[in-house]
Amino acid sequence: MTKMTYREAVRAAMRKALRDDPRVFLMGEDVGRYGGAFAVSLGLLAEFGPERIRDAPLSESAFVGAGIGAALGGMRPIVEIMTINFSMLAMDQILNNAATLRHMSGGQLNVPLVCRVATGGGRQMAAQHSHSLEGWYAHIPGIKVLTPATVSDAYGMLLAALHESDPVFIFEHAILYPLEGEVDESAETFDITRAAVIRSGSDVSLITYGGTLGKTMQAADRLASEGIDAEVIDLRILRPLDTQTIVNSVAKTHRAVIVDEAWRTGSFSAEISAQIMENAFDNLDAPVARVCSAEAPMPYAKHLEAATLPQVDQIIAAAQELVPRHG
Amino acid sequence: MTATDISERAAIDREHSLFLLREMLRIRRFEEKAAEMYSLQKIHGFLHLYIGEEATGVGGMQAFTQQDNIVATYREHGQALARSMPARVLMAEMFGKATGCSHGHGGSMHFFDVTRRFYGGYAIVGGGLPVAVGLALADKMQNRQAITGCYFGDGAVAEGEFHESLNLAALWKLPIVFLCENNLYAMGTALERYQAQTDISRKASAYGLSSSAVDGMDVLAVEAAAKQAADFVRSGNGPYLLESRTYRFRAHSMADPDLYRTKEEIESWKKRDPITLFERKLRELGMLTDPDLARIESEIAGEIEDAVQFAEASPQEPTEDLLKDVGGQATR
Repeated sequence: MTKMTYREAVRAAMRKALRDDPRVFLMGEDVGRYGGAFAVSLGLLAEFGPERIRDAPLSESAFVGAGIGAALGGMRPIVEIMTINFSMLAMDQILNNAATLRHMSGGQLNVPLVCRVATGGGRQMAAQHSHSLEGWYAHIPGIKVLTPATVSDAYGMLLAALHESDPVFIFEHAILYPLEGEVDESAETFDITRAAVIRSGSDVSLITYGGTLGKTMQAADRLASEGIDAEVIDLRILRPLDTQTIVNSVAKTHRAVIVDEAWRTGSFSAEISAQIMENAFDNLDAPVARVCSAEAPMPYAKHLEAATLPQVDQIIAAAQELVPRHG
Repeated sequence: MTATDISERAAIDREHSLFLLREMLRIRRFEEKAAEMYSLQKIHGFLHLYIGEEATGVGGMQAFTQQDNIVATYREHGQALARSMPARVLMAEMFGKATGCSHGHGGSMHFFDVTRRFYGGYAIVGGGLPVAVGLALADKMQNRQAITGCYFGDGAVAEGEFHESLNLAALWKLPIVFLCENNLYAMGTALERYQAQTDISRKASAYGLSSSAVDGMDVLAVEAAAKQAADFVRSGNGPYLLESRTYRFRAHSMADPDLYRTKEEIESWKKRDPITLFERKLRELGMLTDPDLARIESEIAGEIEDAVQFAEASPQEPTEDLLKDVGGQATR
């Protein structure tokens, strides 16, 4: 096991892929000389050169589309989109082409494209750099949506994604880049099919993914000190969703709190709630609860941003509401 | 050598000239049959006919080899036929049958044939351009000796994807011919009503691209210009924008009542029908006789009749296979 940051883990995975497979290349805004807006690709240009570490103009639609075309043409592109808000500029290519071409062509084409996208708030970047829109992506048939929350997954999920034959979108919560953890660089394969039970518990299931896993774990620790035994599930993959792990957990705890940094209305948290109702209704002892961002564009000021994002106290309060007081 | 010189020389080749005429007639008759099948409710959804633009589809395609990639639009029947896709799989696709070139998933707007490197009809205006740029990028990175032919209409020029794609292709010197089929209308809006600069070929200069415009009703001129463009690209000079100035004789789609242009305008363009013009030229040169034409028409009629029978008799894609080709499904 090697200790490294989340940022270094993504870089290590890209380096390994670039070394192992000549078809792999990285393309995006400032991925080369600048080293990546989040310094993820720092140093890769020196090792692999400008053909494979390819700085693109601020043309999200063109370079995501070029990634699709390059994938059709036999390459294995990794396209970096600087933030999820910018990915809106490429939505035509993502939805109408990447997700669609295989089915629309009657199975003749497939698009082995990996898109890495920074997501989420918490860094005072305001309303055009901070949202959590990965749930929108999870709505789209034809693609996979991965949300690595740990350093290990930051490494393994990217390598696994490069072995897929269809488009994979990896959403990296920007708050995670400095996070430290351990990576098994000797592993041969990495799972991208199952949610993970990060903490086992019996009283309530706290279901989350990506940037809110840390806060959810803190909440579980504090709940434990109050005698509430929380199970924590990291969804890891939003599409295709591992419903079984959620259902198994709720069958055990009979209560669920969904923690999601996205907005509540029409959201992925609503999808999880619906899945629980459809598949585990009889197991529920209380209504499903959700802790989401306030329904506002992300504000800049620190206190306002904090008030917008889901916080540990809210997760605890939501769990306490569901679990009957002991004694 | 000018395009005209090349045209004159090409015109000497009788066999090739008859081939071009035949290809254009094949598209015309196919489209007429498609319109008929739409009226009979055998074809549904949107149907955009290529009638009037045959010289661009046929002339342009002569510049590309089977190693090259083709990206087209939702008005792509002409390119598909010119790319040697059999009429029967196209008709079957429009009938929504399993034997269609996209298994009935695409319909009229989304023909695909990966074996012919026909990477499809794209129905988001401008949406095919970035994909074409990527195909060219893949070829360049893998040192494949191939180029990409990217067809799009004049309407696409108003889209950001056109400008982003031209810039990216020029910046990276990618082997791609951007072939604009300027039929003067973006659906119902005339070029001068949506473009401040109506000379599309001039837009290339903003991105440092070489470009030219050609009479899109003259198949030999289009062929010569497309071959010049392709040669330029094959020589490693980067991309090229060729604007072919043409006109569609039918409405935008079968659903379009065509209220936005005058009958006089349409009739004046029909006097420059690319098939009639070429027929006349070949007759003048003594290369085409009535029996020649009758033979060609009869062969085409046979192919199209076969296409309709094939489409009619073909099975539907089983509903159970609905999700078969959806990507990104659980693999465990």
